[in-house]
Amino acid sequence: MVDIFKTYLDTMARNGLIDSGNALMGLADATLDWNRPDDPACKKLSPLFDHLNINALIFARPAEPYWTIINYLAQVSIGPITPKDCETRTFLHDLPITENLSADTLIPILRHRKSSIVKDHGIVTYGTVSLEQPLVTFSSVCFACFVKFFSDMLAETKSGNMNTVKQGILESVTAMLPPPFEKNPPALSIGPFTFEKEVLQGVCEAGSQVVNLGLVDSSFGNISYRANDILYISQTGSFLDDLSGFIDPVPLDGSSCTGITASSELSAHLEIIKQTGCRAVLHGHPKFSVILSMYCEVECCEHRGNCHRACPHARDACSIPIVSGEVGTGPYGLCRSVPKALKNRPGVIVYGHGVFTSDHTDFNHALYNLIDIERQCRIEYFKKINMMAY
Amino acid sequence: MFGWHGKILRIDLNRQSFEIESADTACCRKFIGGRGLAGYFLKEYITLPYDAPEMPILFFTGPLVATPSPTSGRMTIMSKSPLTDTIGDSSVGGSFGTMLKKTGLDGIIITGRSDLLCGIEIHDASVRLVSAKALAGRKISDLTRILQSKGAIAAIGPAAENGVKYANIIIDGHYAAGRMGLGLNFASKNIKYITVKGTGKTEVADPVALKQAGEDIFRLVSASPALMGDYGISRFGTGALYDLMDARHMMPTLNFKKNRFDHAASLNAPAYRNRFIPKSTGCRGCHIRCKKTASDGRPLPEFETMSHFSALIGNQNMETVMAANHFCNEHGMDTISAASTLACYFELAGKHPASENIIALLSDIVYQRGTGKQLGKGSARLAEDFGFPEASMTVKNLELPAYDPRGAYGMALAYATASRGGCHLRAYPVGHEILRKPVPTNRFTFAGKARIIKLQEDVNAVSDSLTACKFIFFAASVEEYAKVYSAITGLSFSGHELMKAGERICYQERIMNTQNGFTAKDDDLPARFFIPQVNNNDAYQPPAINRTDFLAARAAYYVVRGLDENGMPGREKAQELGL
Repeated sequence: MVDIFKTYLDTMARNGLIDSGNALMGLADATLDWNRPDDPACKKLSPLFDHLNINALIFARPAEPYWTIINYLAQVSIGPITPKDCETRTFLHDLPITENLSADTLIPILRHRKSSIVKDHGIVTYGTVSLEQPLVTFSSVCFACFVKFFSDMLAETKSGNMNTVKQGILESVTAMLPPPFEKNPPALSIGPFTFEKEVLQGVCEAGSQVVNLGLVDSSFGNISYRANDILYISQTGSFLDDLSGFIDPVPLDGSSCTGITASSELSAHLEIIKQTGCRAVLHGHPKFSVILSMYCEVECCEHRGNCHRACPHARDACSIPIVSGEVGTGPYGLCRSVPKALKNRPGVIVYGHGVFTSDHTDFNHALYNLIDIERQCRIEYFKKINMMAY
Repeated sequence: MFGWHGKILRIDLNRQSFEIESADTACCRKFIGGRGLAGYFLKEYITLPYDAPEMPILFFTGPLVATPSPTSGRMTIMSKSPLTDTIGDSSVGGSFGTMLKKTGLDGIIITGRSDLLCGIEIHDASVRLVSAKALAGRKISDLTRILQSKGAIAAIGPAAENGVKYANIIIDGHYAAGRMGLGLNFASKNIKYITVKGTGKTEVADPVALKQAGEDIFRLVSASPALMGDYGISRFGTGALYDLMDARHMMPTLNFKKNRFDHAASLNAPAYRNRFIPKSTGCRGCHIRCKKTASDGRPLPEFETMSHFSALIGNQNMETVMAANHFCNEHGMDTISAASTLACYFELAGKHPASENIIALLSDIVYQRGTGKQLGKGSARLAEDFGFPEASMTVKNLELPAYDPRGAYGMALAYATASRGGCHLRAYPVGHEILRKPVPTNRFTFAGKARIIKLQEDVNAVSDSLTACKFIFFAASVEEYAKVYSAITGLSFSGHELMKAGERICYQERIMNTQNGFTAKDDDLPARFFIPQVNNNDAYQPPAINRTDFLAARAAYYVVRGLDENGMPGREKAQELGL
């Protein structure tokens, strides 16, 4: 059991979601085990296992800058926090808030939602299968709040509603951001890759770098490489920085269904390589690219509220096209919008979601473009709010 | 009431009488509908023999049926299983559930026995009992053609009429209420068919909230690779799992002696698609449309059938799989049990006949000729007759489906604890152990699986009672379906409150099985899975399950489920659940 807790604690710390070791985790089978059985919060949270149909729980105060952001949003929000990013819209719906860390207040909330922000304490999330569920939810909450916070601040600035309190919190959060990306990313293996072993190594290497550079939390994003009429793609629910053994070979002639466990963006990857002829595809969730994708200056737009599905306007951020599109293969699936937009472009930003980049040889240019798009978007964001601290 | 009509039709074949009974609102809330409500009405009769006239056959829809809720076209048929002696229920698609709900009924309870082979015809408020003498022995496609103007059809074929223990009821010509031998329950009452046609509506409390909740689910379904992905079941049918099971060394081969099949690549779903150019169809109220029909009108086999009529019996001829599937459907016989019983027989007899002889053997079963008489009793009784019960790959006499439990330990535990016997659908751990949803779990460990299996059993009991398709829970969760349920019924229910109902339904089934003498000794797997194979030259040799670990996981399951160490339910837990 100790090993299981350590695995998830390490993953959360590695992704910058918590300070090292700073999460309480509970896992129940016939008995309930905690990673820190002497933590006073265990007593408060144990009843959740009796009253909810769950087997795993994480309670933690997120690392900075997430914690300042989340606590601020919790203080100013009337009712649940309602981010508009893709993860929230698809999986979380909204982010409820509770006033104190007690089973009595948490149980009614968690009966309806996968997580609750507890003011001045942290985030409580649960799972019904494994600790991976609350970890993914925790990560989603942090990402969603980050995007909402900076989106809100941009909107306040543009509408002239900033005040000293908001400016103060914005400056303090900005001061905690990691430094901007260097223009030159770390070098990755040189392609083209021909042998399966090379492909798998190349995919694993690039996946790790995307996470290490903070371009996506490890439980999101996806990556693929085409070689010998096979698309090698990360599996759905895989950790991008731990892909060994979790890459599906998908024959391009459609002769096998083993791709049923591939990333939910398999369709987009297949279409991208078909329409652009590229070999390598990267998809991450760099935050400022996502934030700028959701900032639109069109006034009184009749399509407002439908931007994530079918925005009719040609939009861009830092000359990178922004397209609508939902996860997967539905009528508004991003597999319909991204491939076309990616032709002859360094990348595409999907509204409220993330960035796709590609390359004809290996992952070097795809990674460079992913970094550069985020670097430019971050600069552009701070220009828009008249702050130089980027 | 919204969602439910509050009306149940009772048909007494002894007296040839029909009565409308009011459904208790509190009871509907406690047991939801479908499997839950059917179990509630079955429980006082459960110790009777399956063919006692008083033993009811129950058809129950749920509050979601005949509403715009996603995948709401299913229903439950339940009685006591002739094959397993456990509770015997089957969630089935097609249009019967929707039509039944449109007549203004939530369910039908049939007792008694007709003197002559009969049909029951329901058209809105009209119920007729008619002679079906002229239809005796007729196959499913004949019945479908003859009866199609009368609405949705539930019918049995010759397999049930001739006493095959794993005979099915077939809905609308193609959708099998399978696994439990419910066709034999029909036959025991001298019912050949039921038709139902309705024109009414189901009132929904909050249509706007229902639309919103439905959109949330559609969005999740679109994001699911297993459902709507390029290689998902919407495109390829459930056969999409075939390659994966082989790749994960989980394809039961030669009566579970191996776990990979040399010919799998040429018998997978893309191969069927290329050869038969199928069209997609589906149950009422479902946009996934996982059912595939060949251009010649024959249904493509579901995954279990594809796997068992190829790998399990050592057949590499695709046309034989198609023909066997079609034959079983036409005669109303369960494909999993039929193939598994053949595999057991081949092992016992020490021979594997040519593929062309498979259909002849199936025919012998249906018409009870020669060896077919023994085969028609199922593999457990067959293996007993041969004096080698170990050859039967069953749990509680139910033949195991096409997931080798040595490759997924949650599945091993789920087979053992399922209330209707060796069934994959009660907990369906394939979701997290193989398809990686909602998140992946380590398939080679029992750690944590007891609680996971218990929770998933509860979820699937909810799904079978609402009623919704289990497949959609690869993408959505009870959190989303609670919103659907609340919008339809006007009752404020959370996902966790629905899960409490699911727990109640599962516990009620445990109580019923206990009343029929089932104990921990029945919650077990065939010995083969615990014994290391001796052929060291075989690369496809399945690793044995550690029996000590299995028993520990089962004991943990009993604790989580609120059972004693012998798997028996207790009064205190029953009271806590309102039973």
